[in-house]
Amino acid sequence: MVAEDEFEDPESVASATLAPILDASGRGDLPARIVSARVRLRPRLREIWKSRELVVFLIRKELKVKYKGSFLGFIWSMINPAIVLMVYYVVFRYFLRTAVPEFALYLFSGLLVWNFFGVTLGGASSAIVRNAGIVKKVSFPREILAISQVGTSLVFFFFQFLVLVLFLIGFRYAPAWGYLPLLLGALLDLVIFTTALSIFLSAANVYLRDVQHLIDVILQAWFWGVPIIYSYNRVYHHAHWLGYLFLADPITPIVLSFQRALYGHVAPLGYGYANGASGPVLANYPYHFYVAMLGWVFLASVVLLLASLLVFGRLEGNFAEEL
Amino acid sequence: MSYAVEIQGLSKHFRLYHEKYTSLKERVLHAGNLPYDDFWALQDVTVNIEAGKTIGVLGRNGSGKSTLLKCIAGILQPSSGQVIVRGQLAAMLELGAGMQPELSGRENIYLNGSLLGLSRREIDRRFDEIVAFAELEQFIDNQVRYYSSGMYVRLGFAVAVNVDPDVLLVDEVLAVGDERFQQKCLDKVSEFQEEGRTIIVVSHSPDMMRQICEEIIVMDHGHVLTVAPPGEAIRIFRDSLIAADAAQAEQEDEFGARSTVQRQVEITEVGLEFPGAGERTYLVTGDSLRVRAKLVTAHAIPGARFGLTLLNERNETVFGAQSDALSGGDVLDPGERDISFVFDTVPLLDGRFTVNVDVRDSHSMMLANAEPAATFEVMNPGRSVGMFSLAMRTELDGQTISSSV
Repeated sequence: MVAEDEFEDPESVASATLAPILDASGRGDLPARIVSARVRLRPRLREIWKSRELVVFLIRKELKVKYKGSFLGFIWSMINPAIVLMVYYVVFRYFLRTAVPEFALYLFSGLLVWNFFGVTLGGASSAIVRNAGIVKKVSFPREILAISQVGTSLVFFFFQFLVLVLFLIGFRYAPAWGYLPLLLGALLDLVIFTTALSIFLSAANVYLRDVQHLIDVILQAWFWGVPIIYSYNRVYHHAHWLGYLFLADPITPIVLSFQRALYGHVAPLGYGYANGASGPVLANYPYHFYVAMLGWVFLASVVLLLASLLVFGRLEGNFAEEL
Repeated sequence: MSYAVEIQGLSKHFRLYHEKYTSLKERVLHAGNLPYDDFWALQDVTVNIEAGKTIGVLGRNGSGKSTLLKCIAGILQPSSGQVIVRGQLAAMLELGAGMQPELSGRENIYLNGSLLGLSRREIDRRFDEIVAFAELEQFIDNQVRYYSSGMYVRLGFAVAVNVDPDVLLVDEVLAVGDERFQQKCLDKVSEFQEEGRTIIVVSHSPDMMRQICEEIIVMDHGHVLTVAPPGEAIRIFRDSLIAADAAQAEQEDEFGARSTVQRQVEITEVGLEFPGAGERTYLVTGDSLRVRAKLVTAHAIPGARFGLTLLNERNETVFGAQSDALSGGDVLDPGERDISFVFDTVPLLDGRFTVNVDVRDSHSMMLANAEPAATFEVMNPGRSVGMFSLAMRTELDGQTISSSV
């Protein structure tokens, strides 16, 4: 057995032992690629970056195949979130009499985030298993399968966002203009965080097929742990420590930012009482507090993403056998 | 000398679980005491493959040849050791893997090409060539689900060869499609050879290997038995097959022996002699062969006939003949007798052959047979393929330019 340390780095091996390589066709230096048991982050990221066009093709495929042959086609992607929105609205506005004013808009701002998150994780966890055929026969960075799932959801996200914008225009609501830049940061966080979890889950599901079912259950519970239907302030006033616990969930700051930017105008000072009754709707945090929260989520998500790439690399070695 | 592929101390270890537990409940229930067998699909394989060569990988099922190819392709990660591949690599392990039946041929070309590592611009540039090679001009905008299996395979192959690889890995796929398309694939392979690309082929078919490979890696139980020119390598491959069969036969013999009843007429021993072969334990095309059998008979047999049959590896009869009956009143007397079947030249090209010997009475009733009596191997030192070596001369404008014997 050859000591692994002898082969530190692909480039150094190539240049040290085999100076400029000329192959028979005279193509000059050929890039060397190393297949080994070691997982190194930089080459992985490079490979993923090189496959960005593949991501686009896979997203296009997903969108085309998903609704092929169905009469309403792409519209189905809007019907599901619309129904969810409608049901929650009716139940909480009229039956449970929520204290949140302009509840539909409040709900929509939060659901937008959650739909993206939930649908992506649901699809990504089974991404590798569903594509066993190519995973076993073609060599490409397999993270791409999870990443393209994120990309596909992102397309749906933008359509729903468009509907929300039409909603705002139609009902003549103005968003909190000053807080709008938060949306960019929040979306970036959301995409990175979701990608990190997707990559990890897609690999874990190969070894433990429960993951794809488990994640559905967890998502159900998780949804109620995020202030989408009720207000964050309610949680915070109930118990401060509970409020901080909520903020530790990366999804909560993202949802809060969306709500603050899109819905916040309703209660500019953060004290939107419904019929003068139950309590403030949005946390009365200043702009820089949101920025700080999103910054922390960003850092945590990036660390999580790198970690899940490493774990993925470890687990990837046996995909072809386990599938 | 530059290497296109360097395989350094490559090992691949599989755990073969007696049962596969992929659900949480099962994993928890069986945590820590999952029964499994260790299986080394590859053990410390070190081979360097020069750029521009065509290399075959030959071995029995389970000898690790496909695992080796998958490790080179990067589909499997080795347990230890590493593979360095220089240049663009294209692996044809299964044609049309990743084709989406719902999408059109056009969309599939882009998706598949991109899976194999082509950029969109490169696919744009080669699109017409791919379609022409696959002969699918009329159907390119149809959904692939309506394609015949032949069209499917052609499309997969056309995309794969247009990846413009420096190293091409081929696993059995040259054996697909109709004969004309197979020829087209072989033409493409020789085109690649002329362009100085490196090709690694895995196949069960020694004949195809002999035609296209410069060197063959023979694998057995995860080890490299040898790396040699085709003739030599194929012979060693066959030897390894015999060794494996013999080991198996030994196990089966314990049961077989019981069924043998004491017979009146018995062929007790069959031996082969290779008069011109010297030290060799195998024949070379054109050698002579003597099959010698010992016969013990308890009673006299009037009009006895002796027969011999030659079978190839697929159990097809290559040759069979019976002696004339011992004439008239001649009777095979009781006792121990010696029979020889003599071939002055054996024009067989190559392969492993089985000899069956039998004895019949005047009514062609079989009295005794030895089956299989013996096996021998023929090695073909030349480049001709097929079953037999026929003396042939090629003349151009009346001038002999080459001859094969």
